[in-house]
Amino acid sequence: MSAEQGTQGAAEAPSGGIKSRHKRFLWIIFGLAFFAAIVALVLNAFGSSITYFYSPTQVMNNEVPQGRAFRVGGMVEGGSVVRAGDGLTVHFKVTDTAETVAVVYTGILPDLFAEEKGVVAQGRLDDHGVFQATQVLAKHDENYVAPEVQAALDEAHKTRAAQTLAQ
Amino acid sequence: MIPEIGQFALVLAALLMVVQGTLPLVGASKGISAWMTLSRRTAQGAFFFLALALGCLIYSFIVNDFSVLNVANNSNTKLPVIYRIAASWGSHEGSILMWVFMLGLWSCAVSIFSKHLPEEMTARVLGVMGLVTTGLLFFLLLTSNPFDRIFPVPLEGRDLNPLLQDIGMILHPPMLYMGYVGFSVAFAFAIAALLGGRLDATWARWSRPWTTLAWCFLTVGILIGSWWAYYELGWGGWWFWDPVENASLMPWLVGTALIHSLAVTEKRGTFKVWTVLLAICTFSLSLLGTFLVRSGVLTSVHAFATDPQRGMFILTFLALVIGGSLALFAFRAPKVGTAGTFKIISRESALLANNVLLTVACGTVLLGTLYPLFLDALKLGKISVGPPYFEAVFVPLMAPLVFLMGVGAVARWKESTLPDLWARLRWAAVITLVAAVALPFILGRTSPTSVALLALGFAMAFWIVTASLAGFFDRVKHVEGGFREKLARQPRSFWGMFAAHIGVAVFIIGVTVVKGFEAERDVRMMPGDTVSVGGYTFRFESIEDRSGPNYHATRGTFELSKDGKAIRKLYPEKRVYFAHGMPMTEAAIDSGFFGDRYVSLGEPINDGKQSWSARVYHKPFVTWIWYGSLLMTLGGLLAISDRRYRVSARRETAKPSLSPLEPAKLEKA
Repeated sequence: MSAEQGTQGAAEAPSGGIKSRHKRFLWIIFGLAFFAAIVALVLNAFGSSITYFYSPTQVMNNEVPQGRAFRVGGMVEGGSVVRAGDGLTVHFKVTDTAETVAVVYTGILPDLFAEEKGVVAQGRLDDHGVFQATQVLAKHDENYVAPEVQAALDEAHKTRAAQTLAQ
Repeated sequence: MIPEIGQFALVLAALLMVVQGTLPLVGASKGISAWMTLSRRTAQGAFFFLALALGCLIYSFIVNDFSVLNVANNSNTKLPVIYRIAASWGSHEGSILMWVFMLGLWSCAVSIFSKHLPEEMTARVLGVMGLVTTGLLFFLLLTSNPFDRIFPVPLEGRDLNPLLQDIGMILHPPMLYMGYVGFSVAFAFAIAALLGGRLDATWARWSRPWTTLAWCFLTVGILIGSWWAYYELGWGGWWFWDPVENASLMPWLVGTALIHSLAVTEKRGTFKVWTVLLAICTFSLSLLGTFLVRSGVLTSVHAFATDPQRGMFILTFLALVIGGSLALFAFRAPKVGTAGTFKIISRESALLANNVLLTVACGTVLLGTLYPLFLDALKLGKISVGPPYFEAVFVPLMAPLVFLMGVGAVARWKESTLPDLWARLRWAAVITLVAAVALPFILGRTSPTSVALLALGFAMAFWIVTASLAGFFDRVKHVEGGFREKLARQPRSFWGMFAAHIGVAVFIIGVTVVKGFEAERDVRMMPGDTVSVGGYTFRFESIEDRSGPNYHATRGTFELSKDGKAIRKLYPEKRVYFAHGMPMTEAAIDSGFFGDRYVSLGEPINDGKQSWSARVYHKPFVTWIWYGSLLMTLGGLLAISDRRYRVSARRETAKPSLSPLEPAKLEKA
């Protein structure tokens, strides 16, 4: 498809007549076809590989897509990290201070994974409401909090403040 | 005192740059010779002051002058001297100073190696570079001064992020920046050509070596970054499609299109407008990359504390540079016009198609990188675009690109015919087909997807190699003399192209094999345990404590063996750095020509038996990814060293207005 597109330069060569107009029309068709193919490619790839981020509150409110991978982020709740007997499976809870989500992950955690520190996990919810993580990301610097985690914490804080006022 | 000298030097450099960005440009348009010649002096003077400023900052780091905020935040008395030097460009402020220093270096180089250019051209090129430098220097002085003081003076610094305490930190940023900033020369040449209305083969010949050199630096910079992430982050991957990596890949893709487009402009006098547009885009993407990485909009190791003022400044600067140059382009480009015709089947067509593919590939990467930012800014949800997107889009675009690389190597300029192309390429096609079909089965793969992916990878690599060879034999066929003489007769630029293209093939083999055959295991081990992966056995022997200069480490000893024969010992470490209390994994890698064996420690398991979780990998041919990139760089360097740049340089001094190769004129005649 691309080979045709590349030859558009040839069509720029100025020459008159019906034949040339016909030819130009063909090139435009080819160009549009190439463009359409690229758009289709991109949309298709986007559809299958975009991962949404949700806060634990959103997860608990059932705002998350069913049967699809997503990301959840917040702080690792203090005292919630438990290692299973095999030494590789880890259970922990992610919280935005309002709600918590239980997470299970098997494998080696990143260096900066720690209790009461920010974390982002990617995976899906199982039937028991436990988040089965396939990937766990922690920040690269101990003073740095991922913007989405910070936003989730701020949001939960705001909601809680509003609730306190209402009471 | 020393920091103040540095600060003062920066101010002086800024003043010189204001002069360089104005007078020579005005002088060139009004024909005032004295104002034009000024540009060389200011470029050299500013470089002196920028070097002085960088020297002052490095000195402050070496002597642990914690009264400088930047030093206090990024260094520590226990930090080894070499990393204190590297810490100079480890912070936001330092890295921007490095950027500006590099700009000064390139300007200075242009002022020295442009003796053969017409005075007007040099003045315009240096003037444009002066404007860019002025913008960045004001950014540095107004929003991110690296010499800001702090009071009271802390007794100890906060230390450099442990991830950055590595040889990669010494090499990766300077190389990458040399590449980014180097494209400013190509940009300046393009703008100068638009301003002066001179856009011909000679212009392309002048800007070609600069562009290729910048491309070489960028290639090496990305290569080192990838290699660093591979061994330092402990995840065993060499490319993560992280937005920051994408930020460096985008200028590389368009830069690659640019060096090929420049080749056509030089040899055939066509693609002029396209070349200029690519030059503008390449540098704009370099600036965008700096903005994305440094402004903190992206979550990554490279992001520093967010400061909206900085973000606004860079964004405004970006808008001015990109908007201004594109407006100039729209206004002037139609006057330059196109020249030279070519047929559908020709080398020009193959190169144009590849240009389009590279640009589209860059566009898709840009989309995947910026889309999450747009959604977030519009409050439409937070998303991340993962590697599957980039892989799904990139591979279908690269396959035709590689196919055309082979065709382009043998196609004639201006006009080729299909039967002729087939005659030249049929052996290459046969060998490629056989290799692609047979190799996956020979290597023992049977599942359809893995066979298909391997076949595609091998087909691409074999096609490049065989078609390049076909192109080579085609070239030497008509050269008289023995084989050795035939080889010697080929110009360096040909060998450059040959090496770079073979580099792409080597790279593809590396990617294909490591994707198809890598093996990874996460295991729990106690001393005495063994684990096998990819035919190799790792035996966990012992674990002990060790102290480093600014960290405490737990070091494991592993014995690597194959078929019962011991190969070597590996010592992965888990470090905790004193200043940050930050843990760090140091993987141990047995690296060889045909791939790596890789082990990294996870965490201790509290079972009283000294057990640890560990991750072991076998990465066949992963090294070929770096070898391939090095070959591409070597190719670029060979092309720059071609004789004709030096010869033509001399010829043009004598007769500046004559362009030795202008096909448009020849055809009309």
